Amino acid sequence: MPSFVNPEKCDGCKALDKTACQHICPNDLMVLDKDKMKAYNQDPSQCWECYNCVKICPTQAVDVRGYADFVPMGASVVPMRSTDNIMWTVKFRSGAIKRFKFPIRTTPEGKAEPTGGFAADSELDSTALFTEPASLGLPDVWTK
Amino acid sequence: MTNFETVEVKTDLLILGGGMAACGATVEAAHWAKKNNLKVTVVDKAAMDRSGAVAMGLSAINQYVGLKDGANTINNYVDYVRNDLMGITREDLVANIARHVDSSVHLFEKWGLPIWKDKDGSYVHEGRWQLMINGESYKVIVAEAAKNAVGADNIYERVFITGPLMDGDRCVGAVGFSTREDKFYVFKARAVVCAMGGAVGVFRPRSVGEGAGRAWYPPFNSGASAAFTLEAGAEMTCQEVRFIPVRFKDAYGPVGAWFLLFKSRATNALGEAYMQTRRDELEKWGPYGKVKPVPANLRNWLMMLDVMDGKGPIYMQTAEAIKKIAESESDPKAAKKKLKELESEAWEDFLDMTISQAILWAATNIQPEESPSEIAAAEPYFIGSHSGASGAWVSGPKDLAADEYFWGYENMTTVKGLFAAGDASGASSHKFSSGSHAEGRIAGKAAISYIVHENPPADANFGDIEARKAEVLKPLVTYTENVGKTTQADVNPAYILPKMYMMRLQKLMDEYAGGVTAQFTTSKQNLERALELLAFLKEDADKLAAPSLHELMRCWENKHRTYQAESHVRSILFREETRWPGYYFRSDTPEMKNDWECFVNCKYDAKSGEWEMKKVPIKHLF
Repeated sequence: MPSFVNPEKCDGCKALDKTACQHICPNDLMVLDKDKMKAYNQDPSQCWECYNCVKICPTQAVDVRGYADFVPMGASVVPMRSTDNIMWTVKFRSGAIKRFKFPIRTTPEGKAEPTGGFAADSELDSTALFTEPASLGLPDVWTK
Repeated sequence: MTNFETVEVKTDLLILGGGMAACGATVEAAHWAKKNNLKVTVVDKAAMDRSGAVAMGLSAINQYVGLKDGANTINNYVDYVRNDLMGITREDLVANIARHVDSSVHLFEKWGLPIWKDKDGSYVHEGRWQLMINGESYKVIVAEAAKNAVGADNIYERVFITGPLMDGDRCVGAVGFSTREDKFYVFKARAVVCAMGGAVGVFRPRSVGEGAGRAWYPPFNSGASAAFTLEAGAEMTCQEVRFIPVRFKDAYGPVGAWFLLFKSRATNALGEAYMQTRRDELEKWGPYGKVKPVPANLRNWLMMLDVMDGKGPIYMQTAEAIKKIAESESDPKAAKKKLKELESEAWEDFLDMTISQAILWAATNIQPEESPSEIAAAEPYFIGSHSGASGAWVSGPKDLAADEYFWGYENMTTVKGLFAAGDASGASSHKFSSGSHAEGRIAGKAAISYIVHENPPADANFGDIEARKAEVLKPLVTYTENVGKTTQADVNPAYILPKMYMMRLQKLMDEYAGGVTAQFTTSKQNLERALELLAFLKEDADKLAAPSLHELMRCWENKHRTYQAESHVRSILFREETRWPGYYFRSDTPEMKNDWECFVNCKYDAKSGEWEMKKVPIKHLF
């Protein structure tokens, strides 16, 4: 199904204007049932399994169950994303478990500076984009 | 719909989309706008942190030319792209992106993207043009730089753009609606960058149940760019050049690392490697059958021939590849360490960009170092940034473009003030994530340059806004007025719900325009039948009904897909040959012909509903 929500863990993001999963889903699938104050996926057949709702959930209430029309049951893949790395736990149908950890970024969150520290002094009428030629590592932009 | 507020936003440059190309356009345009005291506004249907094709992440950057290290030349890249597309390429556009793409990659690294490095500090290449990355947060990082450049106040998220605002032959903005609140949006602008991605879901997917959303390219790329540029009257190109990716079957996990980095072979069920056993077939495809690497569509084609001969399933021989690499190590201890490394790299490849494939492997107890894994051709996609080529026909750069390909501002479509980048611009394939960002930057700068030099008026004839509002919101009215006429909301003779409309489109495209069930084969007669059925569908689009804002978005997404579908069918019909046999096969014109070594361009007249098709010659840069 794609993403599904554990009702014991979901707190509806405490009635903020929208839930975290609703904020992030690129396909507008996660919604809040305001009576139950629980989130759910309104159209599992349009879910890409991008895991963005899983990664962003503050209470780890969202998980993914493989598509029922071609994935055998019993496996799970669970991420734990921090500010600079992500850890994955892969559980096989056989019960075997593998764990992987990968870096995700090298700078503090929110600090991506548009020029990247490259000189930004080119002219509007030149072929150079705003950080060029510095960001190319070349003296000039190539031309024929 | 009197209760829908109309929100008017006036700006100088309007950027539509939030993916890699839109983020490139934003970070670049924001710089030049500040210098020239202009305003930039960005509109995204989702949240920029995780919107577009890179929403999930990526495990590789597929375009890095390496100019500063002298690794390759621009000419090398142009040759690679032209050959892969069987000669149909705008060399000026490909060269323009190639000369700027390294700059975007170097920025990504400064912004915080971890790019793999070897012992000497050089980038680790997956292949000649591809770099390995830890790309889980690739899109978050790229969006962050764009957002920091333009400022949060200038970004409208969760606003769905339905179509352009036109003043005669000039694009002066766009209209749309909020998917969160009862608001109709009117964006009035002096120039517009269209970067709303490619099209998925035009053809019936292999999985039609719950797994329908597991498209290789994201299901939320729904043809908005093609619809926007077509409706504006822009000339389009290569609308016949769809892309069919061969990927790990069903979950569509990436194969690039396996083929390029791990040097894995693909074989049929009998253990025969079709790239060897079918080699003679390549002779039929002119000079393009002789180049290395073999063009993607021809690799597909050799595999499809095996499948049609009943020699499937097709397997990626992962265990054999891993064994070979481990054996090349000096001693058993080093080999064991290498094996562990490879295992982690193989899983990261999926976990970074196609997590479903990791679930599928785990659910079927696949350990790649022990057993092979099935691959297959997916359904057709429209993705001009990858190995397809569909998109708008845009101006090249002054110093590289032939006279016929140049009309003043880089990446401006044939409509004044309307620019296109990423999947929205055509005939410049193999730009991928990094090249789309670079192309977005090119378009963003050119659009500001256009505003500064041409000084288009902020005031324009924006047309009948109330009529546009009624048109945009009509599916909500249709639903409300008719839902009470039956006892169940999903069966009602007065309307069609967007999901069934989509399935009708997908079924006809699949059966008549060369989808999966037709083994990617079509013909003049089949395409003409597709047009007859499309005509009925287009009429019924007036009866689309939406019970909610979410469904209103679905209605418009499918109207957009219909534009992509029709331009595709008409372009395949017009090109009387088979040029990309592994993308589609015209059974009535089964061979490649020299007199079709040209672009097929098309134009739609929104007023009359007429289409104009034409051949456009190819001009070489080198």
